Amino acid sequence: MAEHDQHPLFLPLVFVGGLIFGFGLGFSHMAQPEVVLNFLQFDDLGLLFVMFGAAVVTGITFFGIRQFRTTAPLTGATYGRRLKTLDRNVVLGGGIFGVGWGLSGICPGAAYASLGVGNVVILYGIAGMFVGAYLQGYWRSARAGSESPATAAD
Amino acid sequence: MSTALTVASVAELFPNGISHYTVGGLLVGLGVVVIYLGTAIPAGASTFLESTLSYASNLSRFQQYRPSRDWRVVFTLGIVLGAAIYAVTFQSGLVSSGLHQQATTGELREVGGLTIWLTEVQPWRLFLGGVLIGIGTRLGKGCTSGHGVCGVGSASRASFVGVATFLLVAIGVAQLVQALGVNL
Repeated sequence: MAEHDQHPLFLPLVFVGGLIFGFGLGFSHMAQPEVVLNFLQFDDLGLLFVMFGAAVVTGITFFGIRQFRTTAPLTGATYGRRLKTLDRNVVLGGGIFGVGWGLSGICPGAAYASLGVGNVVILYGIAGMFVGAYLQGYWRSARAGSESPATAAD
Repeated sequence: MSTALTVASVAELFPNGISHYTVGGLLVGLGVVVIYLGTAIPAGASTFLESTLSYASNLSRFQQYRPSRDWRVVFTLGIVLGAAIYAVTFQSGLVSSGLHQQATTGELREVGGLTIWLTEVQPWRLFLGGVLIGIGTRLGKGCTSGHGVCGVGSASRASFVGVATFLLVAIGVAQLVQALGVNL
């Protein structure tokens, strides 16, 4: 099934990481769009502690692990930072995402978690995200002139 | 006197305390760290949208994510299930802790012994916001977890700019929506 050799613990580990991530989003109430909107409207700034709390944990680990190891046990990949090229798209895309986030109070990870706490209404938001992701993929594939079907063999 | 005033106004900014926010945030970071330590992958949540579309569409934009699409589905299922475990335990009152806070927004509803939580944000806002989020996070190379947690944790310049942009715009839009009376 997998397209490359995969350690048998790879998917189980990703699953466990997702469980902790999703539990945290539930516990922190970030899975509630209302809480995000209350934050953006300055009625409750508690969400700062969710974002900083998470970024501090990843920051310490991302930089600390490289003092002890260079490659990850399950993939052999080198530990690196998550770096992206800073260009116009980061600002343009960030702006469009910001309008959507401010209008609805949802973001991708929190929306998946919201489904988990029983909020079936969030399916409107998740459906919208797929529509938006498809639209930008369609436009960008067309602009790149590379709409030809992928040749990868199944 | 002035100290008391400062304490009072700070408390006003955090009407629900900070313990459940902090614990939840640390767990969100821990989830990312568990995956990163084992695989060196800084996992974000929004690539799932495009990588999953690669199962249904041949567009090159989606097919490029083919190698990661299986684990991204597993990651997302983990997120949904992890939140469901929270719902079954703390949200339903089976487990309690002084660090936990029960929901004060939306609607808590009893369904067969479980307590589920439902939003009161209008479906049209969720859908329209979702469309913009789908476009923006993919064009902008990340969302609250990719840029906000993994990118900021990597001290990435692009992520600092990305987070500052979507945070400031979202604050502006949320305040505008409130001022226009399109509220809950």
